[in-house]
Amino acid sequence: MATAISSQRHTGSRIKTWWTILKISLEERFVYRGDFALGTLMRFLPIITQIFLWYAIFEASGKNRIEAYTANGVVAYYMLTMISRAFSSMPGLCSGITLLVRDGEIKKYLIQPIDLLGFLLITRIAHKLCYYAIALIPFAFVFYLCRGFFESGWPDVQVLCAYFLSLILGFLLGFFIEASLGLVSFWFLEVTSLIFVYNLLNFFLSGHMFPLDLLPVWASEFVSLLPFQYLAYYPAAIFLGTIPPDQIWQGLAVEACWLVIFIIIARVMLNRGIHRYSGFGG
Amino acid sequence: MPMALIELHNLQKTYRVYQKKEGLRASIKGLFKRTHKDVHAVKGIDLQVEQGEFVAFLGPNGAGKTTTLKLLSGVIHPTSGTASVMGYTPWHRENDYRRRFALVMGQKNQLWWDLPAQESFRLHQQIYGIEPQQFQNTLDELTNLLDLRELLGQPVRELSLGERMKMELTAALLHSPEVLFLDEPTIGLDVVAQHNIQQFLKYYQEKRKITILLTSHYMKDVAALCKRVVIIADGRIQYDGSLSGIIDETTNRKLVTLQFADPLTDQLMNSLKRFGTVVRHEAPRVTLGVTRDDVPAMLTAILDAHDIDDLIVEEPPLEEVIAEVFTRVSESSAVQATEDGNC
Repeated sequence: MATAISSQRHTGSRIKTWWTILKISLEERFVYRGDFALGTLMRFLPIITQIFLWYAIFEASGKNRIEAYTANGVVAYYMLTMISRAFSSMPGLCSGITLLVRDGEIKKYLIQPIDLLGFLLITRIAHKLCYYAIALIPFAFVFYLCRGFFESGWPDVQVLCAYFLSLILGFLLGFFIEASLGLVSFWFLEVTSLIFVYNLLNFFLSGHMFPLDLLPVWASEFVSLLPFQYLAYYPAAIFLGTIPPDQIWQGLAVEACWLVIFIIIARVMLNRGIHRYSGFGG
Repeated sequence: MPMALIELHNLQKTYRVYQKKEGLRASIKGLFKRTHKDVHAVKGIDLQVEQGEFVAFLGPNGAGKTTTLKLLSGVIHPTSGTASVMGYTPWHRENDYRRRFALVMGQKNQLWWDLPAQESFRLHQQIYGIEPQQFQNTLDELTNLLDLRELLGQPVRELSLGERMKMELTAALLHSPEVLFLDEPTIGLDVVAQHNIQQFLKYYQEKRKITILLTSHYMKDVAALCKRVVIIADGRIQYDGSLSGIIDETTNRKLVTLQFADPLTDQLMNSLKRFGTVVRHEAPRVTLGVTRDDVPAMLTAILDAHDIDDLIVEEPPLEEVIAEVFTRVSESSAVQATEDGNC
C-alpha cells in the first residue's frame, strides 16, 4: 500500500516536472515570436511550386487522371502531406544534439536527475505546440480556400481518429529517428552529411516529393517496408481514403512497431554514447 | 574503518585522440587512414576527502583536474579504477546520487539563456523535487546573500558575467547538495566579483558544512577558501596537504626586501649578490631571494654594514611556488618520457 502511494506520488511529481519543462519551453519559444511566425508562413511556399509543377504535368500529359489521382486530388494530397510534415519534421533536433555533444552542453543534462531524451521530447512538443498556435489560422484559411480540391469530402469519424493517431505516431517516429541520428555524434562529431542523406531519403521515400502509390508496384512494395512513409504519405493516404479502412489499423500497428524500434535504438545509442563520451568542451 | 565521503582508488582516464598532421595532403590522407594517440589525462589518482572539507585542485592546464571532476560527477567513465562519492559510483548516474551533488562550470552555462533565471530555478525545483516552502526559503537565502533579488526577472543573456555566475551558483545550490564540484567558478571575473563569490562560498560552506572540491587558477580563491590543496600535474597527485605546507616542501627560499638609506651603488649591489639572487631592484629598495637558513646571518651582516630604513622578510608568492612545482613535474615527466623512449 505504502509502495503504491509512494509510486503514485512519484508519478505525480514526474508529470509535474514534465509539465513545468513544457511551460518553460513554451515561454522560450515565444521569445523569438517574429522569427517563428515568419518561418511558419514560409512553409507554404514550397507546396505552391509543387502544385504548379503538377498542373504542368497534367496539362502536358493531356490526361485528367494519373493513376488514382486527379489534378485536384494531387493538390489535396500535398496539402495533407504539409500537415503530416508539420508533425513529423524535426528542424534543428539532430543538429541540436550534435551541438550539445560537441560543445559539451550535454553535461548539464547528464548531471541532473533528468532523462535527456524525455527532456528533448518535451521541448520538441513545446516547439510544435507553438508552431500550431501560430500556424492554425493561416492553415485553416488556406484549407478553407482550397476546400474544393478535397473531392471526396471529410472522412468518417473512425478514419479521422486513425488519421490523428497516425499524425501523433508520425511525430513520435520522426522525433526518435532524428534523435537517433543526432546521437551518432557521440561517435562522429560531425553529422551534417548524415542529416543531408536522411533528408534526401525522407524527401523521396516519405511521399513528400510525390504520392508513393504512383511508384511502380515493386518500388511501392519496397518503400512500404521502410519507416519513411509514416512521416508524410501514410496520414495523407488515410485521410484521402487511399488505404482501405480495414487495412488502416494494420498499418498503424506497423508504424507503432517502427516507433518502438527507434525508441530502443535511441535509448541504446544514448547509453552507449554516454559510456564513450569524453566530456568535450571543458 | 569508516569510508571517507569521497574515495578514489587508482582512478585512470585515457582519451583516444585523432592525430592530424598539418596541411591539405595530410587531411586527404586522414580520409583513408587515421592515426590515433592515447592521451592519459588521469594516470592513477588515489584520494580521500572527508565530509565538510573544502579542497582545492591545482594544476596546469591539461593536468587532469577537470577530468577528475567530470569523473566524480559521472559525466564520463574512467578507463580503470574505482570512485565512491557518498557511497555511490558516480558514473552509474543514479538519480539519487544526482540529487545530492552539483557541478558548476565557470565556462558553461546551465541556465536557460533567453529566459529570466527564476524560470530556470522553477525548473530546478521540479527536476530535483524540492518542496515549495523549502525552495522559497533557499532561494530567498541565496538571493539575499548574493544580492540577486533585483535581477531574477531579467533574461540571463542580459546579465553580466559576474551576475551570471552568481545565478549559476544559486541554481546549483537550490537542492541543497551535500557535495559541490566547482570548476573554475571565478574564471574571467573582475576582482570585485571574484571576491564576492569567494566570500559567499566561504560563508556557505562554513554554515552548511558541505564538501566542496574546487579547481581554480586563481591562488586568491584557493588561499581564501581551502585549507587543503591537492596539486595534480601530469595526471597524478603531486602534493596533498596544507597550503603553507607547499611552500615549506617546495622552496627553501625567503624573500628579503631591504630599503637602504645609503645610495644603491654598483659596489653595494655586487656585495648583495653574495647573499642571494636579486629578484627586484627599484631604488632604494632591493628584493633578494635568500636560502632560508642563511637569512639570519645575512641580516646581521647587512644591518652591521648599512643604514636600513625598512626591512621585510616574507615567503615567496604562492603563484611562484606553484609554478615551480608545475615546472619540476613537467621536466621530470619529460625526462621519464625520454627514458621510456630509450628503452
